Amino acid sequence: MTEIGLGHYLTLGAVIFSIGVIGIFLNRKNIIVILMSIELILLAVNINLVSFSIYLGDLTGQVFTLFILTVAAAEAAIGLAIIVVYYRNAGTIRVEEIDKLKG
Amino acid sequence: MLAHAIFFYVFSIIAVISAIMVTVSKNTVHSVFFLILDFISISCLFIMIGAEFLGMIMLIVYVGAVAVLFLFVVMMLNVAQQKNQWFNSESTTSSHIPVGLIISTIIFFELIIVVGGWKYKPELSNPNTTQSSNEISNTHSLGQVLYTDYIHIFQISGMILLIAMIGAIVLTYRRREGVKTQSYLKQISRERSEGIEVLEVQSNKGVKIDD
Repeated sequence: MTEIGLGHYLTLGAVIFSIGVIGIFLNRKNIIVILMSIELILLAVNINLVSFSIYLGDLTGQVFTLFILTVAAAEAAIGLAIIVVYYRNAGTIRVEEIDKLKG
Repeated sequence: MLAHAIFFYVFSIIAVISAIMVTVSKNTVHSVFFLILDFISISCLFIMIGAEFLGMIMLIVYVGAVAVLFLFVVMMLNVAQQKNQWFNSESTTSSHIPVGLIISTIIFFELIIVVGGWKYKPELSNPNTTQSSNEISNTHSLGQVLYTDYIHIFQISGMILLIAMIGAIVLTYRRREGVKTQSYLKQISRERSEGIEVLEVQSNKGVKIDD
């Protein structure tokens, strides 16, 4: 119990990943919370990479965590820009009202 | 080792609770705040496990940039009156809830199975085996790897950031009509000949300007 191993960190990553997936599925409010859930999922991936990198003694995981951080920042910027443009055009960002494509 | 366990449980419990609150919270602004709390606790975990550079970068990039960007957008768009249609009964959205719960629990147990099936090597159970054995810090060793072996991927990530910046500006830029702005080109390229006019002023008559 007091010995924190790799499994504890991987379990934490799994829990946060699942919470992110729940957030994507259950969210009915606005699309910003879905973007935040995607950020949570990327955070869980980062936890996995960093814990493997530390416990296996290989720095590659931390390097790729840096790149994931970069991609997450770019994704947040583009996604929020798309949301702003959509709100300007349609006047809403409610998830169930975004049905222009009839998907 | 006990302190490690205590810190791990404290930070991970805070992280999990705040991650739940991100998805469940009624107000979107509160969700952003819980997201910030989540990032902070995870970066504390990173610093504690020995990846201090990534923990600090996480604080700067996520809390300092991404979360504040979220906060700006939430406050810019008028989402205050559309807060909370969670579990609303008048529409058909509640049918999504069991599907989401089932899928996310399946994903969680799959991940647990993957972790449980991992055969731990005995030398894996103590952390920092290679990190603290030599005197090179985490940041130093990361820089040594990042700028030599991964230099191309590093530059490509810089290009990704540039493209994201250009894309965000192009998406949100709009030219509004009827706004009086300064035209630097017009100001700089102004000539003397079109700026002033020399007139012969006759006596007792005056000059009419600006006609």
